[in-house]
Amino acid sequence: MRTLPMKQALLTAAALGFLALPVAAQTDAAKAPAPAPSAAAPAPSADALPPKHVSWSFNGPFGTYDRAALQRGFQVYKEVCSACHSLSLVAIRNLADRGGPEFTEAQVAAIAAGYKVPADPDQQGKTVDASGKPLTRPGTPADYFPPPFANEKAARAAMNGALPPDLSLIIKAREGHEDYVYSILTSFGPPPANAKMAPGMNYNPMFPGRQIAMPPPLSNGSVTYADGTQNTVDQEARDVVTFLSWASEPKMEERKRTGFNVMIFLIGFTTLLYFSYRRVWHGQH
Amino acid sequence: MRSPSYVPKYGISRWLDSRLPFLRFTQEHVASYPTPRNLNIWYTFGAILSFCLIVQIVTGIVLAMHYTPDSRLAFDSVEHIMRDVNAGWLLRYLHSNGASMFFLAVYIHMFRGLYYGSHKAPREMIWILGVVLYVLMMATAFLGYTLPWGQMSFWGATVITNFFSAFDSLIPGLGTAIVTWLWGGFGVDNATLHRFFSLHYLLPFVIAGVVVLHIWALHVPGNNNPLGIDVKGPQDTVSFHPYYTVKDLFFLSCFVILYAYLVFFNPNLLGHPINYAPANPIQTPEDIVPEWYFLPFYAILRSIPNKLIGVLALFASLITLLFVSWLDTSRVRSARFRPVYKQFFWILVVDVIILGYVGSQPVDASLFNTPIPLVWLGRIGTLYYFLHFWVITPLVGLIETPKPLPDSIAKSVLATPAE
Repeated sequence: MRTLPMKQALLTAAALGFLALPVAAQTDAAKAPAPAPSAAAPAPSADALPPKHVSWSFNGPFGTYDRAALQRGFQVYKEVCSACHSLSLVAIRNLADRGGPEFTEAQVAAIAAGYKVPADPDQQGKTVDASGKPLTRPGTPADYFPPPFANEKAARAAMNGALPPDLSLIIKAREGHEDYVYSILTSFGPPPANAKMAPGMNYNPMFPGRQIAMPPPLSNGSVTYADGTQNTVDQEARDVVTFLSWASEPKMEERKRTGFNVMIFLIGFTTLLYFSYRRVWHGQH
Repeated sequence: MRSPSYVPKYGISRWLDSRLPFLRFTQEHVASYPTPRNLNIWYTFGAILSFCLIVQIVTGIVLAMHYTPDSRLAFDSVEHIMRDVNAGWLLRYLHSNGASMFFLAVYIHMFRGLYYGSHKAPREMIWILGVVLYVLMMATAFLGYTLPWGQMSFWGATVITNFFSAFDSLIPGLGTAIVTWLWGGFGVDNATLHRFFSLHYLLPFVIAGVVVLHIWALHVPGNNNPLGIDVKGPQDTVSFHPYYTVKDLFFLSCFVILYAYLVFFNPNLLGHPINYAPANPIQTPEDIVPEWYFLPFYAILRSIPNKLIGVLALFASLITLLFVSWLDTSRVRSARFRPVYKQFFWILVVDVIILGYVGSQPVDASLFNTPIPLVWLGRIGTLYYFLHFWVITPLVGLIETPKPLPDSIAKSVLATPAE
């Protein structure tokens, strides 16, 4: 409750500024303790470049996720992204769902067993072991992917003050969607000579302000694919973006399939209604 | 207007008729309700709107079975619906896109009324109840958009509720007191979400009640029609069923095809990506933009630098609609026979679209690649909106020479007049 007056002041100030004067709104937004990336000092041309366009297998009314890309993308998430980014809304069991990576039940059980999740209190009611560490147990498919950090403060402390966002909805939550995330992942590079870089920031022309707290996550050979696919940055980015697109919209294939049937029905039904309409009205106008 | 008489055929229907004349009512007000025979496609939006209301209520009731209006759980409960509830994604996308389709239909319905003079005597009450319905829809849509508790939900709720803080400049402390009362606290928080959910569940039933009044008021004088002339006898009308049931169903079905396209193939087209990020009270989104159906009013609000006057202009733009029936001084209803009004009608449509565009852009944007600030376009648009209703409409009605009206509906639509 003690924080409320401060919170109210912020809310009201932001809303007032936004209503009356554009400049005020921007100042208020900048005053708010935003994560490091957006608060960074602007470089000479700080506007983000438009995202690169990629032709994704899941675009268009009939597009589906590339199953192999989903499985490889999960590998990239697990071996690279999950070191810093949570995926809190996705359960391990979802990896076996139809329309997803479609790992077998046995594969999913093995993947789950590889995670350590917080255990229930033991028979003595203890939640920590003899050395004071929280009790854990192997994961099951019913568990959700465990987060890399205990809480937001732990994440910021480890990440130069920045908070790695949860990736469950990252594709749907960003303008440009899958193209944007792909562009971020593949557009790191040395900053131009005149760019003023904030300490600990990385140059990325696709990110607002052109600098991002996240270091380049992918490199050639970040992962070794079991299916022999080339492990280039481009391929890894495509795969993980496909995986994250599924994580954002896991029912996309069911949705489009249902939609196709619904459209067939509606077009047929509307045609019948049209002829009924013509017949009923024949001679009336 | 002929009043079709209902004669109960069976013992049980005679018994019912003297106790609850339900069958008589449906016979007289649905089945054989006399309807002008020349209603065109734009008159099917009443039925389409009824459909939208029913879809929103049915999907909304089921969504409420799975949704949790707690600020810590709301966002995840919506994702639970999207991921774990059987056909939950379908229910949610039907509901969220249903709101957009509802507004698309209501805007067409309202502009149709303005074009054919359906707001004019003796139908003022239908129009006024319609404006009430429209305002109730806006309130319901705003409350509903808050519920997923994403960034735009939270900041939209903050901005809209803060309208009332403008009254601080009238009586210091008044606005803040109203806003605190609305929020149930000192910020948009859990208490706000709970009450918004409660009211979002309540208002659709209020809408349904006012819809009954709207249709009741319609059935007293009967439908207007594209010619805007009165029904003069049975030859001018057809029974509602089957003529308009089949016509409404056909156009409804076309409308549903567009709806289904959005739901199944582009469900997030009209939403804001940032609303898939959970509400964060200490991080303001770069641009706070309302849903598309509020954009013209948002532009009116932002076009005025003084907050109180901006808020009053927004309210005035809606209240103005209540007076349209009397501001229109012409004896002729339909714009078909009003060559001058017809031009101004289309200018108003363009004006509202321009206002919508201005509302969708950042407040400091400029007009395309020119140095002209877009806010000036918004100001001209706002001024024109009020001019249209308060100056142009009354004047045009007085100075315009309408074209001659046809003798009757039947004569003008039938090659050989019936009977």
